[in-house]
Amino acid sequence: MSTPLKPLPAWADVALIPLINVTAAFVISGLVVLAIGENPIEAVKILIGGALGDLEGLGYTLFYATSFIFTGLAVAICFHAGLFNIGVDGQAYLGGLGAALVCLYLPLPGYSLVIVAIPAAALFGAAFAAIPGYLQAKRDSHIVITTIMFNYIASALMGYLLVNTLRNPKQMNPETLPFPRGGTVPQLFELLKPLGIVWPDTPLNLSFFLALAAAVFVWVLIWRTRLGYEIRAVGVNPTAAVYGGVSPSRIVIITTLLSGALAGGLAVNVILGSEHRLVLEFTAGFGFVGIAVALMGRAHPVGIVLAAILFGVLYQGGAELAFDMPRISRDMIVVIQGLVVLFAGALEHLFRRPVAALLARRISQPPI
Amino acid sequence: MKVSNFAKFGAALMAGVFACAAAYADTIKPAVIYDLGGKFDKSFNEGVFHGATKFTKDTGIKFRDLEIQNDAQREQILRKFAKDGFSPIIMPGFAWATALSKIADEYPKTKFGIIDMVVDKPNVQSMVFKAEEGSFLVGVIAAKTTKTHTLGFVGGMDIPLISAFECGYAQGVKYAAASDKVISNMTGTTPAAWNDPVKGGELAKAQIAQGADIVYAAAGATGQGVLKAAADAGKFGIGVDSDQDNLFPGHILTSMLKRVDVATYDSFMAAKNGTWKAGIEVFGLKNNGVGYAEDEWNRTILTTEAKKAAEAAKADIIAGKIKVHDFMSDNKCPV
Repeated sequence: MSTPLKPLPAWADVALIPLINVTAAFVISGLVVLAIGENPIEAVKILIGGALGDLEGLGYTLFYATSFIFTGLAVAICFHAGLFNIGVDGQAYLGGLGAALVCLYLPLPGYSLVIVAIPAAALFGAAFAAIPGYLQAKRDSHIVITTIMFNYIASALMGYLLVNTLRNPKQMNPETLPFPRGGTVPQLFELLKPLGIVWPDTPLNLSFFLALAAAVFVWVLIWRTRLGYEIRAVGVNPTAAVYGGVSPSRIVIITTLLSGALAGGLAVNVILGSEHRLVLEFTAGFGFVGIAVALMGRAHPVGIVLAAILFGVLYQGGAELAFDMPRISRDMIVVIQGLVVLFAGALEHLFRRPVAALLARRISQPPI
Repeated sequence: MKVSNFAKFGAALMAGVFACAAAYADTIKPAVIYDLGGKFDKSFNEGVFHGATKFTKDTGIKFRDLEIQNDAQREQILRKFAKDGFSPIIMPGFAWATALSKIADEYPKTKFGIIDMVVDKPNVQSMVFKAEEGSFLVGVIAAKTTKTHTLGFVGGMDIPLISAFECGYAQGVKYAAASDKVISNMTGTTPAAWNDPVKGGELAKAQIAQGADIVYAAAGATGQGVLKAAADAGKFGIGVDSDQDNLFPGHILTSMLKRVDVATYDSFMAAKNGTWKAGIEVFGLKNNGVGYAEDEWNRTILTTEAKKAAEAAKADIIAGKIKVHDFMSDNKCPV
């Protein structure tokens, strides 16, 4: 019955299918909103308006998007090597520790502190990813299992450190002392103020541009370098890669290291860019959202940036929605976000076959 | 006659209009922003919700409330409430402290309230509870009720605030029966520990296996698992924050009440009446800010002897004859 179909044209693969998936998610969400007695059109207006309608909303949207770009890239780079890194959350968490240790204990002058703290976040993230990477490469312990478990280890370790050793004694909340000024990534509104541009006080900071640079870096790495070719080769067929002179275990370790380093970017955005102190659970599950972002962006940096912005819209617009429509609780927002993940990730192939069939018919119809 | 009636009606109407105008001048826009634990945690956040609801019922002034989804939202949501002219804005939970310090400066005319934490700003009311005093009393009640002379305590997240509950409880137990044993466990070190009833239940079962016949839960929503485990084993549980006696009737000895509802109600009321003051407000036994629950659900299991001992201890604490040590003052417990 199921005849193999011709592959979709690139534009349909990258743009049309995700668009259909998101639309479907919004239609279902609209029905849910309708069921609880609110106007879905109004809800969409608030959601989009709240996320993109003014500079403050936009600032928060891009702030969230920055986090999602980093975590999405971290997941995606592993996808290319055929690995499923579920531990981005934990790696980012440890990245925050690296950044905080530098900011709190290294006596460096001015902004040289943050210039050291950013690589430290990447380094700690990478180091934490190295263990599951090594276990996968050398001991064949499945990376899905080990990275899931490492999230718990990260959570317990950070909880212990923040409660017992790093905690600001003046605070009940397990959080460190605030970082010195030089240990922060400048926020956009501070930078634009001297230029006479009024940008509202939002946590959007220069990490956004770092995230875009990281996206470019991943694109170059995967499609324009020898290492990227090897990563893809291992991802497609490790046995064939060996035949081609590539060592899969070496590639597995390098890829997980890169993935962990990218995960550290989440800490740069949240800890160095916004909180300016290490707080418990700052990752807020954004590492897991990165999986959805990577799936939706089809593991391509451009797709990831777009998907990250969509999730930024959902997070920021969702907050506005909960504020303006009291009947839509925070759990409803999670339902809407969940539907987008469901349609974009799990049900990704739902519309693929019909669309492919439709396109194939249209293309075959014109007489030659 | 007719004229005078009309005049009376007119006067009444005018009075009504003035009353309305006066009421309008008094009208405040109160708001509550819950912590990550969520509005209906049957304990801490829900207590604030009940206090605010009672205020609405008594005055007809509606309040807005919101649950946040993650830490990044704190500053944003708080600023939004302040910008929209809400005042007073009450936040249950110490985790709000950093965001509040910043926003309180940005909106100096807005009244803010924070529970369980002190934020020293001229427009912030910090409501703190002497949880150790209430815990002392339930400790006394537990010591007077136990048959195995072993008492359990299950805390939520391992922070000084919860150690203060534990320490007050232990002091109460030792005060009433110096040789009784107290077994303590904390559920975890992360905020997830507030919402892990399964683990809470396991800890309670372990304590019961070690001989405990009364388990005190100070663990937010995790406490429901603790109380259920105690009830399933035919033992007693002690609830916390809100009155939880009716969760498992006959198996909840009492609840340590932390009257966040009263604090919320009073703060809103003071704002309405123009008597709202910034600064630290301490809720202890003296002003009924903490206490223990006695109601139709536990009347049959709370013995007169236990109640008498608790009342005597209460009077002594208020009179200053018993000093209950506050764990948070030096991060140490004397017992």
